[in-house]
Amino acid sequence: MGINQNVLGLVFASIHDEAIFDLTKNRTMGSVPFGGRYRLIDFPLSNFVNSGISQVGVITKSNYGSLLDHVGSGREWDLARKKGGLHLLPPYSHTSSTIYHGKMDALGNVWSFVEHSNADYVVLSDCNIVTNIDFRPAVEAHIAAGADITAVYAKGYYDQSRGTSATIFGIGGDGFVNDVTINPPMTGSCSLGLDMYIMSRDFLRRIVKESISRNRTSLRKDILLDRSAGYKILAYEHKNYYSKIDSLASYFQANLELLDTAKRNAIFAKNAPILTKTKDNAPVHFGLESHIKNSLIADGCIIEGKVENCVLFRGVRIGKGSVVRDSIITQAGVIGERCSIRNVITDKNVLIADERQLTGSVGYPLFIGKGAQI
Amino acid sequence: MNTKKEVVAMLLAGGQGSRLYALTKDMAKPAVPFGGKYRLIDFPLSNCTNSGIDTVGVLTQYQPLVLNEYIGNGEPWDLDRMNGGVHVLPPYESNSGASWYEGTANAIYQNISFIERYDPEYVVVLGGDHIYKMDYAKMVDYHKAQKADLTIAVLDVPRSEASRMGIMICDEEMRITEFEEKPAVPRSTLASMGIYVFTWSKLKKYLIENENANTGSKDFGKDIIPSMLNNGERLYAYTFEGYWKDVGTLDSLWDANMDLLAPAEQLNFYDKSWRIYSRHSNLPPQYISETAEIENSMITEGSVIGGKVDFSVIFGGVTIEEGATVQYSVVMPGTVIKAGAVVEYAIVGEDCVIGENAHVGRSPEEFAGESRSNWGIAVTGHRITVSEGKEVAPKQILSESI
Repeated sequence: MGINQNVLGLVFASIHDEAIFDLTKNRTMGSVPFGGRYRLIDFPLSNFVNSGISQVGVITKSNYGSLLDHVGSGREWDLARKKGGLHLLPPYSHTSSTIYHGKMDALGNVWSFVEHSNADYVVLSDCNIVTNIDFRPAVEAHIAAGADITAVYAKGYYDQSRGTSATIFGIGGDGFVNDVTINPPMTGSCSLGLDMYIMSRDFLRRIVKESISRNRTSLRKDILLDRSAGYKILAYEHKNYYSKIDSLASYFQANLELLDTAKRNAIFAKNAPILTKTKDNAPVHFGLESHIKNSLIADGCIIEGKVENCVLFRGVRIGKGSVVRDSIITQAGVIGERCSIRNVITDKNVLIADERQLTGSVGYPLFIGKGAQI
Repeated sequence: MNTKKEVVAMLLAGGQGSRLYALTKDMAKPAVPFGGKYRLIDFPLSNCTNSGIDTVGVLTQYQPLVLNEYIGNGEPWDLDRMNGGVHVLPPYESNSGASWYEGTANAIYQNISFIERYDPEYVVVLGGDHIYKMDYAKMVDYHKAQKADLTIAVLDVPRSEASRMGIMICDEEMRITEFEEKPAVPRSTLASMGIYVFTWSKLKKYLIENENANTGSKDFGKDIIPSMLNNGERLYAYTFEGYWKDVGTLDSLWDANMDLLAPAEQLNFYDKSWRIYSRHSNLPPQYISETAEIENSMITEGSVIGGKVDFSVIFGGVTIEEGATVQYSVVMPGTVIKAGAVVEYAIVGEDCVIGENAHVGRSPEEFAGESRSNWGIAVTGHRITVSEGKEVAPKQILSESI
């Protein structure tokens, strides 16, 4: 299966918005900035495209202005096509649709799009997993096993006390799921769902129609947990590096993990590049007294101070004599002179005046909201 | 049927750029990388877009593969248009035969039919090897105000440099009275920047006359401008103020890159109102490791820096390993500089490998007194390997791996 003309990719851009509410106040999960020059939706979109999937629907809910601006016509992902290509599916895009509450609900709203795609298979992905995955072998495994649903999972660690949401699979010797739990009272290693699913369009149609008639809205709670239905759920293990963003602390951690060369190379693979909207920024200018260690720096920055263990997004300015450590400075952040910054996340367009000192902690980074001036 | 365009730009991109030697062995001069993430042609193309000119013909001839692929559909410069846009114009065969572009004027002559499709009032003729930001719309306005037939952009240069350039002698109204190519004793310091605005009806007439006269040169400087002057046409000089650099030689290419690092940035890349656009390869942000030492340099996406970088311009996807040193140098895309290697006062081409403990170039300080004339920047062409421990001497231009 070289060119997956018969596979449709669907991205849920607004699911998990509540996980990092600081960053999603004015945007969807999909448009949360990540890794210096990306938005979280770049990962599922690039994974689809790199898997040969050239028809993609993006399902949004609210606050999708920045998402529209980011994905545009889909050209950056080579998805501005006559045949297939990228389709944005906002709520109310179909006459009978409403604001949805869960994935089944959302799929019901956009069903006519899915129906008209003529795809045999549908791959669903959220925007909360940062990874590089090839869906081709997963689709092949799905077909070979004759599964109803294939759920992508990874070996992971779950700690219920963190209060984050997780789907945990029990997997039998035959590779099929024999147990599904959501947020179970446990702490330890497990098979963690990555919120990526593969289904045939026919099967998906069936469960979407049934869900509408029974007023079921959630894929996890109403379909996966419904063991009485007897659905054959194949577990497909994703072995590559991934990070799951389900809190501000994990967002902070996931960004900083890109400083690890092995992890960075696993995400930004040469043959499967992560694509994003380009911005025509100039190269980074490092000044005469700049001092940089272990940092990821996007273009358009002008750095005259000291930067250690940081991710700097496009167009950041670091003034003379400032020391910025263990921090994420997103797009167009300006840090004045002689500042001291540590364990801080700044949202877009933050201005920090000269001689300010800001410190957060690793587990609870200090978050500075969009456009703030300090 | 195309909509009429008031202005069409024609960009002369067919030159070999032989004075860039190894760097233009397999690509046309306008495709040579510059300034971290650009190629020379980005400057005139971005100027066109920023000046509101949306119809550009790019005349290609010598080694056009890299350039053609780079220009593509013109989308990076906003020149993918339903009407107009950027068009690559190689020489072609017609029912009267096929011929290469013989000179700058002949290249435009052979594309009269391209220009006529847009029925323009004015044609802007540009080169592809200059670094500058310029609003061509202002120059066209000046051309109209002077009721000129040809307006030539000029730069006031130091007298010492004037004898290496095409010099305009003007009256007090800036009307050009004489034109001298590389005069031994310059009578003016107004040097041509190779940027012309022609009234199209006039240019067309002179192109046809020049073609029929068959002078052998078919060149703007040698034929068109002198005959327009002789016939008393209205030629005006348009004075440009700002950064402008001819990067036709290896030394000037190195200089222009180093200019970007000067504290008073003469060419502001960070000005959002006049961006220089380029085709991107969508690489991840650069990673600066624990062992890196970086000062006063420009570095761009996709690079991984573990060594020492000082006063240098590093392009995309370059790897500088821990223990390597790069200073006062230009390192083009995709090159790997291995541990212990030293690159100084050098230009290293695209996708090169500088082996462990190899040494490219030398500091001029090592060449005191009389031996100074033996010093110059060292250059390696594209896709060259300098093996472990090998040396590339100052002034050496390496076009084969060693």
